[in-house]
Amino acid sequence: MASAKSRYWIALILVVVCVPLFVKSNYVLSILIVIGLYAIIVQGLGLLMGYAGQVSFGQAAFYGLGAYTAAILATKCDWPPVLCVLVAPFLPALVALIIGRPILRLREHYLVLATLGFGILAFAAFNESIALTGGPSGLTGIPYLSIGPLVLDNDRSYYYVVWGVLGLVILAVANLTGSPIGRAFKAIHASEQAAQSAGIDTALLKLQAFVFSAFLAGLAGGLYAFWVTFVGPSPFGFTASIEFVLMAVVGGLGTLWGPVLGSAIIVGLAEFLRWGVPILLPKVGGEFEIVFFGIIFVLIMLLRPQGILAPGRPSGMSGVAVKEEKCSG
Amino acid sequence: MNRRILCLLLCMSLLLVAGCGQGPGSTDGEKAAEPYKIGAIVDISGPAASLGEPERDTLRMLADELNARGGIDGRPVDLIILDNKSLETEAVLAAKRLIDQGVLAIIGCSASGTSLAIVDTVQKANVPQISMAASALIVEPVTDRQWVFKTAQSDIMVANKIAAYLAANGMKNVAFLSMNNAFGDSGRVNFEKAAPIHGVNIIAKEKFEATDKDMTSQLTKVRTTKPEAVVVWAIPPSAAIITKNFKDLGLGVPLIQTHGIGNQAFLDLSGDAANGVVAPMGKLVVAEQLPDSDPQKALLLEYITAFEKSYGTRPSTFGGHAHDAFNLVVHAITEAGADRAAIRDVLEHTTGLVGISGVFNLSPQDHNGLGEDSMVVIQIKDGKWQLLE
Repeated sequence: MASAKSRYWIALILVVVCVPLFVKSNYVLSILIVIGLYAIIVQGLGLLMGYAGQVSFGQAAFYGLGAYTAAILATKCDWPPVLCVLVAPFLPALVALIIGRPILRLREHYLVLATLGFGILAFAAFNESIALTGGPSGLTGIPYLSIGPLVLDNDRSYYYVVWGVLGLVILAVANLTGSPIGRAFKAIHASEQAAQSAGIDTALLKLQAFVFSAFLAGLAGGLYAFWVTFVGPSPFGFTASIEFVLMAVVGGLGTLWGPVLGSAIIVGLAEFLRWGVPILLPKVGGEFEIVFFGIIFVLIMLLRPQGILAPGRPSGMSGVAVKEEKCSG
Repeated sequence: MNRRILCLLLCMSLLLVAGCGQGPGSTDGEKAAEPYKIGAIVDISGPAASLGEPERDTLRMLADELNARGGIDGRPVDLIILDNKSLETEAVLAAKRLIDQGVLAIIGCSASGTSLAIVDTVQKANVPQISMAASALIVEPVTDRQWVFKTAQSDIMVANKIAAYLAANGMKNVAFLSMNNAFGDSGRVNFEKAAPIHGVNIIAKEKFEATDKDMTSQLTKVRTTKPEAVVVWAIPPSAAIITKNFKDLGLGVPLIQTHGIGNQAFLDLSGDAANGVVAPMGKLVVAEQLPDSDPQKALLLEYITAFEKSYGTRPSTFGGHAHDAFNLVVHAITEAGADRAAIRDVLEHTTGLVGISGVFNLSPQDHNGLGEDSMVVIQIKDGKWQLLE
């Protein structure tokens, strides 16, 4: 089993490494970069939702915090870009640590509302702190990511960076979920009271998952800033937070590969609709994709409420996951 | 477990194949009937939709007209309009898609944020970009933005126009009120720069929130400083509310506003109180009143007639920005043919091109190319825009 497993890992790594050799289009590479960035965020969110059972509608805010931290350090303090990317996740993690204690005391709908409120607050802050963030006009002049003499100014090299980081994140999450902490997470998800009576410090664990998810979102944010080399508030709004939750649910909660598949489906679909809909329905206005996302969400809830990659027969913990997802989604 | 991973691999490769299918490949080819491809990225949905929709309508109308006339030198124009949903990440993806498709130039985006987001992409790919947004940062510094141009007037021009009007009418001490958002803030910064140059003193400064329902307290404070005129930098509905408050308080001095009030909503919301308000503005709203000697008059009237015929409403200033961007690109392709670098060079040296927002005189130092004569000062009389001489 172990060797079969490692063979799949190697095959997977080979696919990821070889893709740019066959794909010459910067557009396709850019889509893959966006999928990779979102998958990093959704890995954290998936851990929070699928294992620790807490829903967050504020991930876009952490994503934005990471992006702005990296951008401000690089443009206003002239830090080397690599250092900025490494430092960027710590501010969102710190913020999550501070707001986490009071927020995670809330349950279900109240927790959703609190994280949602935080997301909107952060979005307002990005827009209003003009001296720091450039307000709605954004921050320009962000340099490229460079490691020594190597400057990552093209999509091909950036693809490797993003997917390399994603690989490390997946490895970390795989190790975490297999560890005693991971099992404790699942116990919280199944029943918080039972976990508590078994001696698990549920408050601390939930906080850890929340901080970890914020850290990953911030990491993706830092990478985003050096890819586009421009940061404005629009990618970090409320809709982005909803899309991250959608990606996590579609891909399958509590699975390792669900976040990657979920991001690929949602990003791929959005791009497809941008081309498909104007050809099929030329008169249709802008917000059509919300309708499609809604249909997908309903179909997933009806046909595979546990997500595409989660085990088919709800057994043990994932059965509970299904129920909780229904009431929070 | 194994099946799941296989399934994932399958999905990923499917996605790739789907993406590649329409990806590259169709870039070159210079056959006679081959259309000229022009890309446009417009904020058609999302918060900037009110800018993007008239732009999309204008672009569609112009492309249809051009092709009906036989295109450029017998070759049709293939205009690809993409929506970026007012989102920056989407704008970047759209730009890369268009570049892969081999467009000769990209028109867009509608707002400053989305325009700035794609600057790096077009710079790297060496594709000319013509933005329809206001921020001067889009084209400055020109040394880092060789491929980027824009068709909307910058805020500094509006500020200069107001300061010049104040100085010419002997109003030396003025009060300045602005909205507390990007628009108002940019106005405040620029007006603070422009006022001293024209010998105008700002003796009071106040801000109000975009959502405020009453600005009486700010105006009362301003009144105690006895200004000779009041300048307000805002858009409706705030601009209309403050206009009403201003009339109710009876300050008895001129009220100067900006191009931000240049739509019907302002006239509808402020009613009688709007009469007497003075503001610098693009010429489109007063096209009919321009003297026949004005170089833009014929084009403005032509645009208004064509737009009203196609869509049944009068075009807005934003549609005008799209009109100018499209015509700049067509002009450049006519001169340069299907060569991105040559198109850029032609754009950079375009002079005397009459547009909706003004007469464009581009140069290697100025990628906007509009002078202060691109705006006129108007006054509202009996609920209508009046050109002020």
